[in-house]
Formats: sequence, C-alpha cells, structure tokens
Amino acid sequence: MKQTGTTALTIALGLALLSACSGSDGSQGGGDGAKSVTLVTHDSFRVSKKLLREFTEKTGYKVRILRGGDAGAAVNQTVLNKGNPQGDVFFGVDNTFLSRPLDEGVFAPYEAKGLDKVPGKLQLDAEQHRVTPIDSGDICVNYDRKYFADKKLDPPRTLADLVKPDYKNLLVTENAGTSSPGLGFLLATVQKYGADGWQDYWKKLRANGVEVVDGWEQAYNDRFSGSGASKGKGDRPLVVSYASSPPAEVLGKDPQPKQAPTGVAEETCFRQVEFAGLLDGASNVKGGKALLDFMLGKSFQQELPLSMFVNPARGDVELPELFTTYGVTVDNPARMEPARIGKNRDQWVKSWTSLVLK
Amino acid sequence: MLTEVTKRGNVPAKPSAPRRRTVRRRAAAVRLGLMAVPLAFFALFFAYPVAAIVGRGLREGGHWQLGGLTEVLSDPGTLHVLWFTVWQAAASTGLTLLIALPGAYVFARFDFPGKQLLRALVTVPFVLPTVVVGSAFLGLLGRGGVLDELWGVRLDTSVWAILLAHVFFNYAVVIRTVGGLWAQLDPRQEEAARVLGASRFEAWRRVTLPALAPALAAAALMVFLFTFTSFGVIQILGGPGYATLEVEIYRQTAGLLQLSTAAVLTLVQFAAVAVLLLLHAWSVRKREAALRLVDARQTARRPHGAGQWALLCSVLAVIAVLLLAPLGVLMERSLRTSDGSYGLTFYRALWSVDETGTFLVAPAEAIGNSLAYAAAATVIAVLVGGLAAAALTRRAGKLVRGFDALLMLPLGTSAVTVGFGFLIALDEPPLDLRSSWILVPLAQALVGVPFVVRTMLPVLRAVDVRLREAAAVLGASPLRAWREVDLPLVRRALLVAAGFAFAVSLGEFGATIFIARPDSPTLPVAVGRFLGRAGELNYGQAMALSTVLMLVCACSLLVLERLRTDRSGEF
Repeated sequence: MKQTGTTALTIALGLALLSACSGSDGSQGGGDGAKSVTLVTHDSFRVSKKLLREFTEKTGYKVRILRGGDAGAAVNQTVLNKGNPQGDVFFGVDNTFLSRPLDEGVFAPYEAKGLDKVPGKLQLDAEQHRVTPIDSGDICVNYDRKYFADKKLDPPRTLADLVKPDYKNLLVTENAGTSSPGLGFLLATVQKYGADGWQDYWKKLRANGVEVVDGWEQAYNDRFSGSGASKGKGDRPLVVSYASSPPAEVLGKDPQPKQAPTGVAEETCFRQVEFAGLLDGASNVKGGKALLDFMLGKSFQQELPLSMFVNPARGDVELPELFTTYGVTVDNPARMEPARIGKNRDQWVKSWTSLVLK
Repeated sequence: MLTEVTKRGNVPAKPSAPRRRTVRRRAAAVRLGLMAVPLAFFALFFAYPVAAIVGRGLREGGHWQLGGLTEVLSDPGTLHVLWFTVWQAAASTGLTLLIALPGAYVFARFDFPGKQLLRALVTVPFVLPTVVVGSAFLGLLGRGGVLDELWGVRLDTSVWAILLAHVFFNYAVVIRTVGGLWAQLDPRQEEAARVLGASRFEAWRRVTLPALAPALAAAALMVFLFTFTSFGVIQILGGPGYATLEVEIYRQTAGLLQLSTAAVLTLVQFAAVAVLLLLHAWSVRKREAALRLVDARQTARRPHGAGQWALLCSVLAVIAVLLLAPLGVLMERSLRTSDGSYGLTFYRALWSVDETGTFLVAPAEAIGNSLAYAAAATVIAVLVGGLAAAALTRRAGKLVRGFDALLMLPLGTSAVTVGFGFLIALDEPPLDLRSSWILVPLAQALVGVPFVVRTMLPVLRAVDVRLREAAAVLGASPLRAWREVDLPLVRRALLVAAGFAFAVSLGEFGATIFIARPDSPTLPVAVGRFLGRAGELNYGQAMALSTVLMLVCACSLLVLERLRTDRSGEF
C-alpha cells in the first residue's frame, strides 16, 4: 500500500517525460542537416503550412522555424550570435533596427530572385544586397469613426492636427523605448519637424494630453475606444497603430460592414520595411538562398497581407479584397534612412523619455 | 519493523563511537553525491551562461572595462530604480503575507466542500501571462472598469494596482508553502498550550508560529524574489513611468544591446539578492527544529463556532474578490461578442481553420506542447530540487549553506540575462543547445527548482533526525533510510513542490521568453500571438485560449492533488 503513491507518481512523471520527448521529436521536423533550412525570426512571424509544403516540394528542403522574442530582441540575438548563427536565414529586421546588424556584419550578401519587382524605395541595401525587403507597413494614428461622428468632429489628418485643442486628451501612444509602433511614431515626428523641432512638438502634444502606455496591446486593446477588443469601453478615440488595423477589425464580422469601424490619419504615418537576410556562417547556404527566393516569390508574397497584415514588397502582387475594401494606401509616409536611425535612435529615445515620461 | 519504530518515536540506544564515525563519514559522502547533480545543473545552466553574458558586458576588446561600473552606479536614475524595485517588492511581500496567511490557515485546518478545487483555482493566476492579467486588472480597476463605474475609483497607473496584481499572482505561494507545513503540524500541541492556560493568540504565537517560521520565511523569500524581478505587471499596470531593475536590464539588453550597462545592473541585482539571502539564512537558521509531523488529513476539521465560520467566509470572500473576479472577467470576455450577446464564437474560431488554410495556432497542439514542456520541466525540477533538498536536509557547514543560497539565485536574476546568456554560452558542440527543445524545460526548471527546494526543505528538516539514526542502526542503507523514513513524511511536500514546478513551467516563466525555440507554441505563447493582433476576433480568441489555459492548469493540479490521496496514513 505504502509504495502505491510513489509508484504512481514515478509512472506518471515517466510517462510525461516520454510524451515530452516524442512530442518534440515531431515538432522538430526534419532536423537532418542538409535536408532542412532553419529560419530564425520573431514572435509575430506567421506562415501557412501549405506554403511550407510548397517550398519543400520545390526545393527538397524542410523549413525549421526558431522564434526569439519581439522584433528588437530577435535582431539583437542574431547580433550576439554573429558568425555562429542559430540558423540559415533571419527574417524580421526592420528599417529602425537595420543599421546595427549591417554594421556588425551579421548578414552575407545575396541577391534574391524577384528583387527587380520590388520598388526601389524599399531597397535600402541596394548596393550590397545583404538584406532583402520582404514586406512593408505603415505606423499611423487610427481613429474611432463612431466617436467623431457622434461628436460631429472631423477626425485628425496630420501630425499638426493632433496638438489642436479639438483633440485634447484623445490620443494614446506607446513607449518609444520598448514598443515598435511607439518608436515609429516618434520617428515620424522627427522626420516631420526635424532633429531640432520634434521636442517642441512633443511638448505641445504632452500639453494636449497625450497618454503613453507601455505596449501596443494596452494602447489598442484596452484604451482605444474603436477596437473590437475594448468593446467601446476604451477612453481614447485616437491611437498609434498600423494602417492595416482597420481591415483587421472587420475580419470575422458577419455580416461584413460597409466601412471599417476605425480609420487612418494618413498624414501621420511612418513607413516600416521588413527584411530577411542570409546569416553569415549559415550551415545551409544553398537552402538559405532558396528560402530567400521563395520569400520574395509570388505565392509567399500573396499570403503576407492576411497572414501578417503587412503589404507585400513586390509591386506586382494584388492585395486581397479585405485590404482593398477596408484598408487605405498611404501615399506619402515619413521615411528615414536606416543609418540615420541607427546613429540617433538611442539618443532620441533617451530625450523623448525624459521629455514625455518624467 | 521500521514503521513500528517510527510510530512510537522511540529513541534508539546510542551506537558505539567507531560506528558513529563510519555513519557520519558515509553521510558526508552521500551528501556530496547528492549535491553533484544539482551543482552540475546550476553550474552549466545558470552560472556559466550568466557569467558569459556579464563577462561580455564588462570586457570589451579583451580588456576589463570597469569604468562603466562607477558611471552606472553613480547615476541617480539607477539608485532610484533600485529603491523602487526593493520597496515595491517588500510592500508586495508584506501585503501578500497579510492577505494570504489566514487563507493558509483555512486551507490547512478546515474541511469544506470544494476545498481541493479552490486550492487548484488559487494557483491558476500563477500560470496566466501577465499581458492577459494586466488586461483583466485594467477591466476591473482601470478607466471604465468595474470599480470606476460603481464608485468612480481608478487604480491604474498607481502603485496599488501593482501591489494587488502581485498579491493575485503570489497568493498560492503562501497557501501552498505555509499551508503545506501547517496542515502537518500536530494541533494537539496548540491545544495543550490552551489547556495550560494560554489564550488562543498566545498559543498560536508561542507554539504554531515558531514551528511555521521556516515555511513562512521561505514563502516570503519566494514572493519577494518574484516581485523583485517583476516585469510585465510593472509595465502594464504601472505604466511606462515605473521601472524596476528587471525592466531596465531588459531595455538595456534586448532593446539597446548595451551589455556593459546591463552587466552592471545585473551585478547590482545580484548584490541585492545576496543581501536578502543572507538575511533569510540568518533569520531561519535558529528556528528550524524537528517537529512532530502528522497526517494532514487528521488535522483538518469542519469549522465549528461563529468565529471559525466567519474566518472561513472572510477568506473565501477575499479569494472571490481578489483572485476569482479577475479570472471571471477573462472568462466573461471570452464569451461576449461586440453586440453584447454571449456565445462560443471565439472558441469555435479557435478550432476552425482560417481563410489562409491554417491555424494561427492549433489549440490542441498548443495544449499538448504546454503539457509536454511542463511535464519535462517538472521532472527535471523535482529531480534536481529533490536531490538538493535531500543534500541540504542535515544542517552543515558554510559551504552547504552557500549552496542553499545559490539555488535561490535564478529567482532573483533577470530573465533576459539568463536567456541571452544561454544564447552565447551554449553555442558550441557538444553543448549547442540553442535550438534544442530541451532548453525550454531546462530554463523553466531553473525557476522550478527553488520552489521544490523551498517547499521540501522545511518539512525535511522537521523530520526527527533520530528516526534516521534509528533506521541506520537497524542496518538500513542511507537510501533505504531516506525512502522509509523521509519519503513518507515528505510525500505531501513533494507533490506540492511538483505542482509548483508544473505551474511555473505552464506559465512560461523566466528565461524561456527570450529563448529562440523550435516552432512549437505553448498556450501562453499562443495567447500572446493573438493579443498582438488587431481585431475583436483575435482578442476574443486570446481570451478563450486564456480560459483554456486556466482549465488546463486547474485540471492538472487537481490530478496532482488526487495522487496525494492514494497513500495510506502511515504515520
């Protein structure tokens, strides 16, 4: 009798361990050296099994995916592992983080097939091809249509509008030090008002009652009154989010509304471009190159809008109906040289922090 | 035969001197053997990676750069952060103990319907991702929240929100650690004191409290370390204006890659934790004594008298308001759609394939992954922690006490330091574990081991050493003596410890969030992915998946609790 408990426990734990081993064997997939190619990326990356199968059929390689935290953390991990990378290809470095991995020599040059179909404005490493543009998106102020219709007030369009008394205490944004949209919005204001003028703008914005929360989840899901997540309980009708957020709000709605519940202030946007690159020291260079080609290929590019809510880098890929009906095309977003961002980002964030948070 | 001796608690005749010496020498050898596994585990998966990342930060271009040390330390910002980190952790610990101790008593001494279920439920907060809990707390305490609508009270971006959330997360730590030992204390001792004329409080203070002290100190230590390294709660509920050392280290490491500043901050964190561990060791050392442990089931009774009923009801009320209400908010959100009606829309969406022909996360797969990782981590933590606790049972020299403190360090160390340390330290064959699945349970076990040790040690040390000596004299090997004497008495503690280790890894604590891992999402990871996307459907699915996580946690813990009732009352 006395042994029963112990035995039961031992058996249960043993079984659990066994299941753990077998479970992860399955998930590791083809770990057998040359037949697999490893993609290192961040937590928001998403790809359908169908596409991965297509890649394997085409090239014979299986894709293993490793994820390492948010975009910033994932990029910095590749910098730390320079020369002895965890995988063959990295996806998910954007123009705000690009300069450090390029300076540190994390990526090996490769000109992917299909690059000629990518508009020149997205090719930020056009001479050396160390990184390949895969997608782009815009960080913009979103507004709650219902709030402004009820108040009979025009929603803001520009950065200058946001400091007007009409829009006092309406905007919530994210910490530029820890959140990617928060940083993008800061960069949009730097681009617009210049390296000497943006501090004044933020002083006015602060006087106009801008609220800063830590991350996009709190800003958008909890505070923004226009998001489906807050169910109208949010207290801020303006939020820093993405140009692709309105189509996402319509997703799964039945019946489909005429218009998305939220809109985009088109003159407040910052263009984010996301890149992939072959990691220097990759064990499967050939497979890595094939994967880069595939990511710039039509089928992968076509899936991007609905899988990651970003715009494909290729100019010759049509957007799905959800985007053409409910999304906006931002014609004139703020853009900034990665080298300039890399040189100044830490300093800008530091002075922003003391200006806005203290 | 051994059981007979145990039962009567007879003191054996003193063995002869040479024999005692052999026994002692053999005991020392056994202790060293027991310590080998935990020592190797900590050297390899904690000390080495952390030393590597701190070393990289302090050495640049092949030279030690210690100039940064004074620069960071003399920055008033650093001191401010350190001060806030320490005082919020101390306040959280105090508040948690204050609120949870009556609960520990009620769970230890009263029998009431649904007790097992409730014990599992109060542990559920432990596994929930902080983003989800933050959202629930904002729904209760924030703008437009329940409190706001009823009384116009808003606690978001205040220290109170942080403290209450810390109580929410750590309530179970006190219930399980203190309650576990309390249930095994013989109530007759307190009754004897009462018969001898002590007041109820006096009897408790003089008899029960000293006996509980080690478990109490252990619980306080763990809550302090957990809140000392608090990250998500501070950021989400406190807002970007509040920062702990953990937040700063994260920002410097993962965001800015300023390893030199991060290294100095990590050293500051170590120093603070070391001071705390010394304090803890000093306060506990004198209080540990052999106790008369009894079967927990014999000590719990139905409450009788108005006072006991009132206590039970008030504890249940606190649990309902502080722990179950936020959980209820999450469940409600997983069921309510935007038009105000309730239904299973989000659950159905979780189980249906979307338009791109794939799941964002296949829920069944996430559940399986979570359970598999947690099981593996539990096995590692119980093995390593159990061996360590066995080695530490007999009080010995400074070396052993240092080892004890070492085991607690991972709880007080920044997750990002350990995670990034793994990345640069475990990167060469044969130890290139960077992309192996085992890294995840190993990292989880790092946080689980301190729980196992701290839950088992007070109970193990309470076992009367004369019982072991008696077994040895009767010819039992140390292993057999442990199996026949210690194990039956600590089986309960072992299960509590296993429950903790399981919950810790189900909740994805510590370094795991910074480890690039094979694409096998666990439940908390999947919740995070849904929460990171716009749209009601994604948010609803995040809430639905959080509810699934709660259920998985509660069911697993209930199964673990069931194991406990298998045994016969052997003492």
